[in-house]
Amino acid sequence: MNAMSAMNAGSSAAAGSSTSTSDYVMTPENQTLSVLVENKPGALTRVTALFSRRGYNISSLAVGPTEHPEISRITVVVDVDQRRLEQITKQLNKLVNVLKIVQLDARSTVQRELILIKVTADNSSRTSVLEIVQMFRAKVVDAAADSVTVEATGTQDKLSALLGMLESFGIREIVKSGEVAIGRGGRAITDRSLLG
Amino acid sequence: MNGQQMTGAKALVESLKLAGAEVVFGLPGGAILPTYDPLMDAEGLRHILVRHEQGAGHAASGYAHATGKVGVCLATSGPGATNLITAIADAQMDSIPMVAITGQVGSAFIGTDAFQEADIVGMTMPVTKHNFLVSRADDIPRVIKQAFHIASTGRPGAVLVDVTKDAQQAMTTFEWPESLDLPGYRPGPRPHSKQIREAVSLLMAAKRPVFLLGGGVLRGRATEEVGELIEVSGAPFVTTLMARGALPDSHPSHLGMPGMHGTVSAVSALQRSDLIVNIGARFDDRVTGVLESFAPSAKIVHADIDPAEISKNREADVPIVGQAAEIARALTAELRDRIAAGDTRDYETWWNTLDMLRDNYPLGWTETEDGLTAPQKVISRIGAISGPDSIYVAGVGQHQMWSSQFIKYENPYTWLNSGGLGTMGYSVPAAMGAKVGQPDKVVWSIDGDGCFQMTNQELATCVINNIPIKVAIINNSSLGMVRQWQNLFYDQRYSNTDLNTGHGSRRIPDFVKLADAYGCAGLRCERDEDIDATIQQAMEINDRPVIVDFTVSADAMVWPMVPSGVSNDEIQIAQGMSPEWERDI
Repeated sequence: MNAMSAMNAGSSAAAGSSTSTSDYVMTPENQTLSVLVENKPGALTRVTALFSRRGYNISSLAVGPTEHPEISRITVVVDVDQRRLEQITKQLNKLVNVLKIVQLDARSTVQRELILIKVTADNSSRTSVLEIVQMFRAKVVDAAADSVTVEATGTQDKLSALLGMLESFGIREIVKSGEVAIGRGGRAITDRSLLG
Repeated sequence: MNGQQMTGAKALVESLKLAGAEVVFGLPGGAILPTYDPLMDAEGLRHILVRHEQGAGHAASGYAHATGKVGVCLATSGPGATNLITAIADAQMDSIPMVAITGQVGSAFIGTDAFQEADIVGMTMPVTKHNFLVSRADDIPRVIKQAFHIASTGRPGAVLVDVTKDAQQAMTTFEWPESLDLPGYRPGPRPHSKQIREAVSLLMAAKRPVFLLGGGVLRGRATEEVGELIEVSGAPFVTTLMARGALPDSHPSHLGMPGMHGTVSAVSALQRSDLIVNIGARFDDRVTGVLESFAPSAKIVHADIDPAEISKNREADVPIVGQAAEIARALTAELRDRIAAGDTRDYETWWNTLDMLRDNYPLGWTETEDGLTAPQKVISRIGAISGPDSIYVAGVGQHQMWSSQFIKYENPYTWLNSGGLGTMGYSVPAAMGAKVGQPDKVVWSIDGDGCFQMTNQELATCVINNIPIKVAIINNSSLGMVRQWQNLFYDQRYSNTDLNTGHGSRRIPDFVKLADAYGCAGLRCERDEDIDATIQQAMEINDRPVIVDFTVSADAMVWPMVPSGVSNDEIQIAQGMSPEWERDI
């Protein structure tokens, strides 16, 4: 059983929308948490349910296996102040299947998200669209008579900029993977010793 | 046992015994049938057949509270399991160590909306400390060991184990695991010595300190250690609803219960304090009132086994994570060192203020105007006559608050109630569980006429299993606490709170006849002058449960009260009456 299906049958591996609204936002900013969990049934549900029942906002969530089959990694971006982030971390730590939580500092982290954009592009606009795609080092993965589908990877800022540029041509559909992130340098946060 | 061939069901029963269970409260059904077979002749494991699964849950909870052991309840799939949910949520909110075991439909049927299928693991995820779905017989011993460990260590709580029918039926080679294999569960944080020193420095420097003792003092079995800390410090303490009895009410440093219906001295002491040392309380909204105005000049030392409680509601200046007993020992040792080194502290002015508050605003009640008995009087007399060695178990509402206020608790684990979830119907089954755990103690269920009607079917369980509890129904013929709020905040429009059980009503049901129908002794007391004699009579009946229908006035209210949504400074000692702060402080 692979990590994705084992973690939560029926739930997608990424989420881009909020689970609920928060009434306690002082100085909100995006914070990225890497949550390492045992690859067990229900582990993802426990994490996401905790967010929703305690009223925390999720901006982005991505989950997948790690280099250790017994460990899965959830990357969750939350839009909260430091005090609430601390509370989230403590509550997550109480989940029995959660092995480790690392708050990833944007300055020392590589953060990436993948986006697929279906944008209107006919004979009159296709060249302009392709120019923008090149400029952002994105690529076209599918094309039709009146549209192209663009794949791009990058930080959320870069993808927002790309979207902004393509908007005027007419965006038909987008899908995002949710952000994933990894610390810079040689150290790994996943370790078999986490499993005792 | 290890290496023996047996069914999963038999392995489940053997695992419960190895995990230390002695009593199981439960009710069988299709999906748990395989387990009930070996349970029938399991030696050293008593099963008590309840009449409703909620009763099994609260009984397990009462048993756990009264004994300190893990309470165990057992139910079938679907409705059996969903009936347990209230009791599971209740236990979890009050940090009661409990293991609930449910049968589940066969693993091949899961997800098909099979007969009596319910996703109980999904449903109880938010109200348990952890839960498990077991679909292989081989996994049963390990999961039971894990469940008991998780329920009873760290901050205790409720754990549910859902076992599929095929896992119960399959053959397995029994193996009781040596290790737990819970890599993500680390329940034993140790307090940092730096924080202990900082806490003691604050305590030495404070002019108006208060110890706020919560249920964690009891759950952490730390009453002796905390008692010593209080002695050495000389500072006052308050006991929350969950901590009543943790230290004796008669202790000279005790100011009473804080919170919405707390004493004036306890509430005011916290409001005016410059230091709160919180051990095992969670700054619940019923204690703090409007959080922003709670104890505005106090620094906070917050000691808790659960790091997530610290700075959750009120920011802590000194956080201490660890076992209550270990923290109290460390604080006491450090305090002794400072005192020996010549450090001084001065709480005299503070004590003068507090003594005046205690003298001027003792708990009390006014006589009723309708000529009916004051409920506070009944409860007060039960406490006085039955004494501090008895166990008192309340339901939820006015009678619960009065039981906390007017019974003098001198011993830990003698006061049980549903504090966090506030579950009406808790009392009778929880009293039953407490009596099973402490058969030599007198156990009083002090219940309301509303609460009693929610779970009184367990009287059958009590009678048949020889569990002679005593039930005092504080019968004001209404949902009293709701009625009090309607009186105070809804222009005395008593919408749907009249229960017709009391004086002058049709008495539906007649509690004395109900007692008789169940084979209990049924008594009724309607006059002040009969209260003592009736309680005495109840004390003398020990061969079956006793139900006493005390008819009381519906107009009695719980005072003091901090109305919802205002600062604790707005405490009222009676309707429209506030303490005279100008004069007093």
